[in-house]
Amino acid sequence: MVTLGPFLKRELRLLARQKADWLNPVLFFVIVLSLFPLGVGPEPNLLRIIAPGVIWIAALLSVLLAAERLFKDDYRNGVVEQLVASRQPLLAFVLAKLLANWLSTGLPLVLLSPLVALLLNVDMASFTAMVLTLLLGTPLLSLLSVLGAALTVSADKGGILLALLILPLYIPLLIFASAAMEAAGMALPYHGQLAVMLAMLLFALALVPVAVTSALKINVS
Amino acid sequence: MFKWLHPYAKPETVYHLCGRLMPWLMGAALLLLLLGNIWGLAFTPPDYQQGDSYRIIHLHVPAAIMSMGTYSAMAIAAFTALVWQVKVAQWSVLAIAPIGAVYTAIALITGMAWGKPMWGTWWVWDARLTSELILLFLYLGVIALSGAFSDRQTGAKVASLLAVVGVINLPIIHFSVEWWNTLHQGASITKFAKPSIDPSMLWPLLISILAFKILMLALLCMRLRTAILVNEQHRPWVKAMAGD
Repeated sequence: MVTLGPFLKRELRLLARQKADWLNPVLFFVIVLSLFPLGVGPEPNLLRIIAPGVIWIAALLSVLLAAERLFKDDYRNGVVEQLVASRQPLLAFVLAKLLANWLSTGLPLVLLSPLVALLLNVDMASFTAMVLTLLLGTPLLSLLSVLGAALTVSADKGGILLALLILPLYIPLLIFASAAMEAAGMALPYHGQLAVMLAMLLFALALVPVAVTSALKINVS
Repeated sequence: MFKWLHPYAKPETVYHLCGRLMPWLMGAALLLLLLGNIWGLAFTPPDYQQGDSYRIIHLHVPAAIMSMGTYSAMAIAAFTALVWQVKVAQWSVLAIAPIGAVYTAIALITGMAWGKPMWGTWWVWDARLTSELILLFLYLGVIALSGAFSDRQTGAKVASLLAVVGVINLPIIHFSVEWWNTLHQGASITKFAKPSIDPSMLWPLLISILAFKILMLALLCMRLRTAILVNEQHRPWVKAMAGD
């Protein structure tokens, strides 16, 4: 953990210099959301009903958009290879990637949620649930997309493959997150769904970094 | 135990072992499949509620059980391939995946065909159906991932890793009927309790399950032999066999 600092600093500096990498997915999120009222009609009640699913699907897709480039540059210019060869703890690198990925794709979605609530006519109770599910769910999205990116980093056609691998794993999250928001919309308790999401997050946090490390090693060798 | 297992890590031994086992397995599978299905489809009494349409369980239940059983076999092979770097295990992951995908597809399609007259709909987004669909996507993911790399070895390893990660879905499918209140019914056959299905229907069903299991092994032998030949084509023993 001692080496986490420099790695994180490097990731954040890269993100600050390549703003398109994280701004585009966030922009994509907002654009997709603003297309829905145009597509299904601006009826406020209808928007309120479809809001949970729409918000979460847009979040999944925007995180997926950011995932493809996660390890690509570091793989192409040999950083991953050097790290594996130098016997540096790869785990610190992976954790820094994760944290930077969440800060650049997950956190903006949470910060944008008031705007989204306005766009889709979400009431106050559902809005609280939305912020909570996004806070618990986006780290899990980051974990899974880092895993997918690590698996496909040296693949020839990474992009569509990544979607095929990762979207099925997103399904449980999608189910519980939108169930929590629907329950909140009907003024029912939703602690159960939040607890399950937290359990999934902790479980993934314990195991995914290990899987990512070995996936990177396989891709380099 | 490792001393006893060791020769089976050698592709040549496995190739010949599969060749010896395959005709027996294939014969037994076909025999049991015919026996179980003819008995189940023609000679069992109709269900008092569902009439004759319940008979599709003789395809649906074995395929569904084996879709999960095949996945666990694939995951064990994948784990072996990753931890002990056994080549044959790596190839068997890729050999098993399409078999499992077809079983999963059979389970889903027969389930839909049964759901139409019984539930009145082809598909509901219920926990068991959804998780079985995810299982199909996982199989397809493993197949697609293994083919996406220019280096065949890397593809096999990465696909193995995905197979191990996907194990998380198995308990979800298995317990989905208990954890959530779903439209799909609970298990009718369990190991410990008395089965909630009449013996006259149970026996042909058990035979069909066994038949699907043996058929999986037979197909695995067949596909694994091909995989070994493809991967070892430049080895002397293959060349000697081909008469070069």
